[in-house]
Amino acid sequence: MRTELRKWSLLLSVAAVLALPLASSAQLTKYDLAQKLNAEAHVGKLTGHAKAGAADYRRYCVGCHGVLGDGNGENADWMLPPMYQKPRDFQLGIFKCRSTLSGTLPTDQDLYDAITRGFDRSNMPQWNTLSKQERTDLVAWVKHFSPRWANEQPGTPITIPPEPEVTADRIKAGRDVFARVQCWKCHGVAGQANGPSASTLADDLGRPIAPFNFTDGSRPKCGDTDKDIYRIFMTGLDGTPMPSFADNIKPDEAWDLVFYLRTFMQEKSKEKELAKQIGLKPVDPNAPAPAASGQQ
Amino acid sequence: MRNQFNLAAVLSVVVLVCCGALLLNRSVSAAGEGKITGTVKLDGTAPHMKGIDMSKDPFCSKAHASDPAHMETVVVGSGGGLENVVLYISDWSGAATVSTTEPVFDQKNCMYTPHVLAMDVNQKFKVQTSDQTAHNIHPNPNPMTGNIPWNQSQPPGAAPVEKSWKAPEMIPVQCNIHPWMHGWFVVVKGPYASTDASGNYTIDDVPPGNYTVTAWQEDLGTQAQKVTVAAGAAGSANFTFKAK
Repeated sequence: MRTELRKWSLLLSVAAVLALPLASSAQLTKYDLAQKLNAEAHVGKLTGHAKAGAADYRRYCVGCHGVLGDGNGENADWMLPPMYQKPRDFQLGIFKCRSTLSGTLPTDQDLYDAITRGFDRSNMPQWNTLSKQERTDLVAWVKHFSPRWANEQPGTPITIPPEPEVTADRIKAGRDVFARVQCWKCHGVAGQANGPSASTLADDLGRPIAPFNFTDGSRPKCGDTDKDIYRIFMTGLDGTPMPSFADNIKPDEAWDLVFYLRTFMQEKSKEKELAKQIGLKPVDPNAPAPAASGQQ
Repeated sequence: MRNQFNLAAVLSVVVLVCCGALLLNRSVSAAGEGKITGTVKLDGTAPHMKGIDMSKDPFCSKAHASDPAHMETVVVGSGGGLENVVLYISDWSGAATVSTTEPVFDQKNCMYTPHVLAMDVNQKFKVQTSDQTAHNIHPNPNPMTGNIPWNQSQPPGAAPVEKSWKAPEMIPVQCNIHPWMHGWFVVVKGPYASTDASGNYTIDDVPPGNYTVTAWQEDLGTQAQKVTVAAGAAGSANFTFKAK
């Protein structure tokens, strides 16, 4: 017992010495080792504990994400184009897939979903083979790497209204939203990732990154249900060029846009069928952008 | 064993007390109005600023049809005056927020106006768009400072975005849609000023006292000078940056 205490006390003083320059910058104050290791995650009725996730992390994650969680595991160097995307740096606390607004921390559920789902077109597989408890513990361990969780609360998830019925009118309205907010600048008028700005995009670390191609059978990185697609463009993908559109697309219009985006995708869908029936044409990038409904 | 434990405990207490002392040692200056004025100049030939090819976006290229756009990394005005230099008091120990104005960062003709926006820690600022083309506004601070990156769409007619920053930092900001659009949010503690087209500046609301004034230029770096502001008299500090 005393040996334990001594160990913790030593660790604490080391942490305090390391924290000295941080503390004097008056920002990251309350971040000590004990707090780190006590990180918890709450997903549904499950509570995850960082310490319980450490072993699974060492077994399954450390090769890419690294001992320090900075994304510099020994495999990271081998992740070359076309899979540009390097393992996430958990220390920064910046995540693509969030139900929360840009610039806020994701919820525990968001991290759990990302671990469960994996990331299409990347080296991150699905981890749904691990038990729910294991995944929840891993979420807590992932959180322990970033001081942001000691200093900030996760953002509030956006409210997604119930999905309306798909109609031809809604698909047309979605096309107007696509034209108005100019998704085509990067994603291209037919969703082929070939817009005028597509070739110059870089992520926050300056590495080249491609916009999502809706037409080649890829699955969106943050999930491929209608609700996932809604969430992706409303909250944006932090760390990438994809901004949040929550301020500029109303909830009802957002569903219209989801339906329109579905018309680009390969899978058979009611949206695709309806678009064909009404002979829907791609937007004209040279036409003046339609005005926002309710504005001006 | 016992001794080691005590030693470690004492050490951690000492270190923590030191941290606390550092944090609390911030005196508040007495109120009183003064200012610091001066000019910032470039010594040498103004570097060539590359023209910007905006042909990928017809709105942008049309806006600059008669007035071609150039990079704004080093902007030199009449008499060698340097524009967009931020002057601030780097040893400021007074109140964190002195200004109640809300600086505006405009996306206009596919450029940032101003190219460098200075502000106080926690001061609210506004990002607006005057353009009929879509932008995204994407500052990229270091999250370890406490400033968290965000990325918001700014399609034509978008409402302004109101934000603030928690910590002093020189934050690059960019539009991913128009890769030439690159500017700065310069977040400092206490009073500040930016130089105008002739390189002149005035830092207002400086109480009498001795200060270190720092001049920051995005490409040429920083310079510092000691300045004294006496009651009823303005302090003065001129800076000269050597051309690269």
